[in-house]
Amino acid sequence: MKQADFVSLVMPFKDKVFRLAKRLLVSREEAEDATQEILLKLWKNNKKIGDYKNVEAFSMTMTKNFCLDRLKSKQASNLKIVHSNYTDNNSSLQHQVEAKDSVDWVSKIMEDLPEQQKIIVQLRDIEEYDYEEIAKMLDMNETAIRVNLSRARKTIREKLTNTHQHGIK
Amino acid sequence: MVLNNIEKLIEKYHNAETSLQEEAQLKAYFNGENVAPEFEHYKPMFQYFSLSQKEQYTKDVPLNTKKTKLYQWISVAAVAVLMVGLVVPSFMGPTEQEKQEALLVYNQTMEALSLISLGMNEGKQQFNNLALVGDNINEGAHQASKLSQFSTMTNKILKNK
Repeated sequence: MKQADFVSLVMPFKDKVFRLAKRLLVSREEAEDATQEILLKLWKNNKKIGDYKNVEAFSMTMTKNFCLDRLKSKQASNLKIVHSNYTDNNSSLQHQVEAKDSVDWVSKIMEDLPEQQKIIVQLRDIEEYDYEEIAKMLDMNETAIRVNLSRARKTIREKLTNTHQHGIK
Repeated sequence: MVLNNIEKLIEKYHNAETSLQEEAQLKAYFNGENVAPEFEHYKPMFQYFSLSQKEQYTKDVPLNTKKTKLYQWISVAAVAVLMVGLVVPSFMGPTEQEKQEALLVYNQTMEALSLISLGMNEGKQQFNNLALVGDNINEGAHQASKLSQFSTMTNKILKNK
């Protein structure tokens, strides 16, 4: 496989790999490094790539494993967590700014979810994979995925409702 | 009616029972302008999902690392070859082929030299001939002197008469 073939194969899902890495590792730099690492690993094995039935699903599984390892390893102990600071919102703030803040708030809520749920929400709500694909990527059955997803969505809803009622607005 | 529908969808959504189409419908609704106030608090969530979807990986991946490594080693190999080229011949001495070439050149020179010497010998022969001629001339001169003596003698005899 030549470089051009590889790039055109990887192009469609490299952003998905990056977003999943960022979801798990939080910091943009860490996620970029992880994505690069994964793409290089794929490139090294480019002769075997033809044997994989679904390169995209395989890459997502790889990303998940890589990032979880990364989080467990000591290297990640000095992982920088980048997030915006949340200032108290006055009712006089522009609606747009407020909306952006509450959008950021969602990402903050998602950071607090357990890893497994983070991955599932990322794959389902952001990347819009169907349950069958997610089941393959995570090596779980569909029911377990639905249960986890439902829990995650309810947690987000709960926290969002709380902030909505006496936080942001 | 629409609100009722959305409410049902939201409930299904939280039980993870919605299909991808239904979720797309929800996203479209919450990204739109007309969100009912009672669902307002879901808006950031769906907006966040749509926003996150647009995030891109912009860094370049250096796929040609293998090649650059090879290039690095090529320079090392070149230096090694150069060293070998410089050092080995001085150790090995002339090769068989070089010996043969030298022999050939030697033979050719010898041939040329022998040709010259042949010419030289020929010249020498001619010198000898010349010397022979000189000898003959001397002899002639001698006989001529004898002849002149003879003529004086005859003159003397004629005087006496």
